[in-house]
Order: sequence, then structure tokens, then C-alpha cells
Amino acid sequence: MADVNTGDDGGGKKKHGKQRAKKSSTRIDMTPMVDLGFLLLTFFILTTTFNKPQAMEINMPVKDKDLTDEEKNKVPAEHTLNLILTDNNVVYWYFGVPDPNKPLPSLTKTNYTQDGIRKLLIAENNKRHNMFNQIEIWKKEVSTGKMEEADYKEKLKAFREENKLSSLIVLIKPDKESNYKNVVDALDEMAICNIGSYALLETNDIENQMVQNANTF
Amino acid sequence: MPKIKMPKNSPSIDMTPMVDLAFLLVTFFMLISQFRAEEAAVIDMPSSVSDLKIPDKDIMMILVDKEDHVFFTITGQETRRTVLEKMGEKYGVVFEEDQLVEFSNMASFGVPMKEMKEYLSAGSTDRKKLQEKSAGIPIDSLSCELCDWVFYGRINAPRFRVAIKGDQVSSYPTIRRVMDILQDKKVNKFNLITNMESGPGE
Repeated sequence: MADVNTGDDGGGKKKHGKQRAKKSSTRIDMTPMVDLGFLLLTFFILTTTFNKPQAMEINMPVKDKDLTDEEKNKVPAEHTLNLILTDNNVVYWYFGVPDPNKPLPSLTKTNYTQDGIRKLLIAENNKRHNMFNQIEIWKKEVSTGKMEEADYKEKLKAFREENKLSSLIVLIKPDKESNYKNVVDALDEMAICNIGSYALLETNDIENQMVQNANTF
Repeated sequence: MPKIKMPKNSPSIDMTPMVDLAFLLVTFFMLISQFRAEEAAVIDMPSSVSDLKIPDKDIMMILVDKEDHVFFTITGQETRRTVLEKMGEKYGVVFEEDQLVEFSNMASFGVPMKEMKEYLSAGSTDRKKLQEKSAGIPIDSLSCELCDWVFYGRINAPRFRVAIKGDQVSSYPTIRRVMDILQDKKVNKFNLITNMESGPGE
């Protein structure tokens, strides 16, 4: 099967007469080679993974055991948006810090779609400073090559520093029912909506109660 | 009636251009593909818009599959070997040379230390069965083997990046526990590995 067809049968018998150049064909049967080539091709196509996995980086705060809960939660209440992630891809949100002695803030139900949490975040961001649109403009300039990536980062940093106290603070609180995808989705929204300050926290008892109340109604 | 003449030219066609192309593609795929050992768990990652690339080397990875089993891996054959030896010392398990070599060539694993010896000596099919039976690396506070893996990993390779690779449906408390372990070990900066997603709709 794999023998090379040189065209002469046994060759070298007719020694008498004129010495003629052999008429043997120079073609070889390439079928086995092609078979092998395509076999390898198939193998490498199937084993190749083109897109490398991406990663998002998160910085967690240093665990300081000396800090009390009160000190940890030192954030301006009117700028604090709490997102409670729970099962079935439901997100509840409310503003401020719940106080057990006062009527609890009401939860609003939303989801991870474009019209859900993203709309809210962008609206809240815009309410706080009109400069927010500027980031989008800068982003476009970077993508069209009008601005250097480093310049953009520098400007963004300065911008965030400037509006540190008045900008939106988002506390992401996944509860026990939520899954990992929900957390990544929420963190992703922070990146999309240019939220500079956000934290990944755990729900407290009051919030668990609030979610339970919201679920029963 | 004249006989029907059969065409005399051979039915074979010139395959040279096709072969050229085939081998060109083979070469291309050979050069860009890279082999890696089979992962112990199938993980379906969530997607994100983040475009940070994760490096292939110098990385310590903690995997969480959809049943909330925890797996661990660290790159570098030397590092893996030393980490396993240290873990063996701590848990009173003595590994033989071939088991150490086997471990240093492996991808991720998710068995407790007491099953590690059996796991390393098993063949690939038996190993899969063992993996299915086992409940991953213990992460509860009583026997936190993952804490020790992270600890010895950090000691041997302090500059390594730490990454968490979770399945879409793995539950948040498990992920939180892994993050807490990392924070206890003074790892406050880590990566979450995700798939690429096209950017937000314009």
C-alpha cells in the first residue's frame, strides 16, 4: 500500500542494445502522505484552543481584626447603594444603611440585564456628576486611537480622586443562595458602569430578613 | 457499431496543491497549539468584559466545580514537588519518588491528603473514578487542607499570581470561603478567571 510506484518492473533486465534513459514516471503515490497530513491537521485543529481565558482582578481589603463592624461600615449613607444578589438571578437594591429601630428601607427587585441593574447604575452615576459622560468620550477616543491608553488611565484616576466623596459607592452583597456567576456579573457591571468604589461584602441579618420579606410578597 | 472507447487518461488528479495547503495548516496549528495536562474538573466559567490576560506560568489556581468541590494547582514542576513534600511532612504521608514525579507533571487535583497516595499511583481511568468519589480538597475550618496548600504554595513561590476559577453555578458561600482562606493567608489581590464576552452593547 505504501510502496512507491517507480514504474519499472524489476528493472535492469534489458542490458543489450542502446542504453536508453529510463522512462519511469517520477510521480509517486501521495495518498498516504495526504492521509497523514489531514489526520494531523484534524488533530491539531481539535486540540487547539484559540481564546485564552480572561481574568478580572479584585483587591480585597486587608483583614484587620481590630476594626469593629461600625468602623468598617463608615460610608456616607446617601451615596451607598446596596445590591443584594440572591437566587434565580434576582437582584434587590436599596440605598443607605438599614437601622433596626426605624422602618426598613424597601427593596427594589431587578435583574442582570441591560435594562435592569445597568440602567440603575448609569442613572445614579449621572445624577451625581455630569462628568460621567466624559469617561465614555475618553473611552471612545482611546478606541479610535485619538488618545493614548496611559493618558486615559491617568485622567480616570485623577477624576476618581476628585469625586471620591460624592461618587456612588456600591456594596455588593451576595447571599447564601447566589452563585458565582451572579458575583462575576455584578463585578462586571461595576467595570461597565465605571463605578470606582465598590466592595464585596456579606449580607447581614437585617438584610436577610428584608430579602425574606420581599420574597413572601 | 464502434466500441465505446474508455478515456485513457488516468483518473488521478494532481494533489500537490492540496497537500501543500494541508501541510501548511498542519504547521500552523502545530506551532500555535500548546499542550496541557487534562484538568481534573470540567469547569464552565462565567463570562466577563474584562480583557486582562492570564499568564500561563507563575500562577497558583484554585478551582471550584459545579458541585462545589475544590481543586488546586500550581505551576512549575519544582514548585509542585516541593509543595507536595512539605504537605506530606505536615500530614504524615511519605511519597515515593515516582509519585512525586507523577504529581509534578499533573494538572489540577482535588483529593484530600489521605487519598493522595492512592490517587497518584492509580492509572488515569482509576484516577477519574477516585476523583469522582472524593469530595475535593477539604476547606472547612476543622481540616483546612486548602489553607496549607495555599500556605506552602506561597512560601515556595511568593511571587505567583493567585487565581480563582469557579463554575457558573458553584455556590457563593464556597467561593466566599475560598476568598476568606486566601485573605487569611494575606492574599488580598487575586484574579477571577472568566471567559471573554463581547463588550456592552453600544
